[in-house]
Amino acid sequence: MAIVIMAFLSIAYTPHDPNRMNIEQRFQSPGSAHLLGTDQYGRDILSRVMIGAVNSLIVGWVAVGIGMGFGVLLGSLAAFWRGWKDEGVMRLVDTLYGFPAVLSAILITSIFGPGIINSMVAIGIFNIPIFARLTRGASLSMWQRDFVTSARAVGQSNQAIIWHTILPNILSPLIVQGTVQLAIAILAEAALSYLGLGTQPPHASWGRMLSEAQTFMEISPWLAIFPGLAIAWAVLGFNLLGDGLRDLLDPKLTEARP
Amino acid sequence: MFAFLCQRILILIATLLLVSGMIFIVLQVIPGDPAQIILGIQATPENLQELRHKLGLDQPLAVQYWNWLSALVRGDFGRSITYEVPISTLIASRLPVTIPLAILAIFFAVIFSIPLGIYAAVHRNQPGDYGVMIFSQIGLAIPAFWAGILFILFFAVHLQWFSAGGAKSWMETPLGALKSLLLPALSLGLIRAAVLARLTRSCMLEALGEDYIRTARSKGLAETMVVYKHALRNALIPVVTIVGLQMGELLAGAIVIENVFNLPGLGRLIFLAIGQRDLPVVQGVSLLIAFFIVMVNFGVDVIYGVVDPRLRVGERKEIVI
Repeated sequence: MAIVIMAFLSIAYTPHDPNRMNIEQRFQSPGSAHLLGTDQYGRDILSRVMIGAVNSLIVGWVAVGIGMGFGVLLGSLAAFWRGWKDEGVMRLVDTLYGFPAVLSAILITSIFGPGIINSMVAIGIFNIPIFARLTRGASLSMWQRDFVTSARAVGQSNQAIIWHTILPNILSPLIVQGTVQLAIAILAEAALSYLGLGTQPPHASWGRMLSEAQTFMEISPWLAIFPGLAIAWAVLGFNLLGDGLRDLLDPKLTEARP
Repeated sequence: MFAFLCQRILILIATLLLVSGMIFIVLQVIPGDPAQIILGIQATPENLQELRHKLGLDQPLAVQYWNWLSALVRGDFGRSITYEVPISTLIASRLPVTIPLAILAIFFAVIFSIPLGIYAAVHRNQPGDYGVMIFSQIGLAIPAFWAGILFILFFAVHLQWFSAGGAKSWMETPLGALKSLLLPALSLGLIRAAVLARLTRSCMLEALGEDYIRTARSKGLAETMVVYKHALRNALIPVVTIVGLQMGELLAGAIVIENVFNLPGLGRLIFLAIGQRDLPVVQGVSLLIAFFIVMVNFGVDVIYGVVDPRLRVGERKEIVI
């Protein structure tokens, strides 16, 4: 939550201009003028960490949105079709599963070049099979339920049943998985930016900041500490949110609770 | 069992064809004319035509794919544009870094996680259990490359126990080579340990709640025997599966870690190839990693089918961590 607040706050306010260079102020230790110190160009690290949160969250949300959108569509159709069409879709999904986020990003950026949009697409593609499998598994059991049979009996179309009956009933696991994937997407974005394939300079990104920090960490170790802490904090937060939502939304866990 | 195996092999072949087809389209068709990429913008139309003919690019797409695939089966990944050597030679020269790195990382993950997971399950809801769970949550949140940077900062820059990067040759100094991989493997392995510790704990808790454990205890077996001989043996099946599945992820993770530690492995090779626009190398290494992941998935499916006959007719068992 703190990361989300920080991201929104940074749109309106940062202590300093995150991209403004000031050579006289470079490699400043954390202090009252610059709470987290400055980097090799004299840029304020706190401001850059704050702006980095916006990038990470945008990439995470868009990537999970792409994965959820296409994954839910493919999973729902596979569960509805069954038979060879289902098998075909799931083999395609398995194929995508063979490409971890970093690998799919490498393939995409090697053709279209590095950049924030391409990293969103790459991480999004990595998310598709996860949501497709989850949706298919959950939808398959839903199609056997009595309320779906009732919906059919009253003449609802298959499209309406999927949209109004199946999807609302499988929303809980999708939301939980979405939260977990958001954490994974933030990690993937940081890794891609570290490699120089994600967010491009001068825009701040936590992974890019760590990559730049590695050269100077002997003289300014804090350069390598704060962006990493921000990543860990954000990922920990979304993982805990996912765990909490799972506890809250999973009926089995709710029943087991005293 | 035979029918199950045949079905899995057919699925494997279909998946491998899809993976190779996808990489072929992504890296051979979408980027445009490879002849133009190789010869550059100064090339004359005659030279371009000659190279297209030499590379077989003037043939229909399906024929090109078939030729490419047949060459792959023979171990011919093509030639690197930058290094002007066969890609299989380049890959072979990088494997002595990447494979030991992945094995060492898994070794670290297992030796940390399994004892921690068992301890947490046996001491459920006690301070030790909470400690392990906190460790695993933090481990899941830390990017492996940041852990690597922190290790360099502490062990290489501050304590000067290790070098900050680079790899030694296994032929010249085996111990030096091992030492150069320790920090990268620890960075990759500790994060995996967080996942495996959670999984081991959850599987052990499930196993410890089973009827056969109650029976073993009622027979008067020592608690150590109950935990290590009966519960652990059953709990380890999904853990071993996940260890196998993580090998694929580790190869992908190695791309980043090798860059943190400047190790001349597959990850560094593919990363440099992107910068050099050496698409055949990107294609070869991606294909190798993707094939490896598909093969591991296949192995896991088959082992599961052998271990648990109920799964031969259904889906792979979902493991909840």
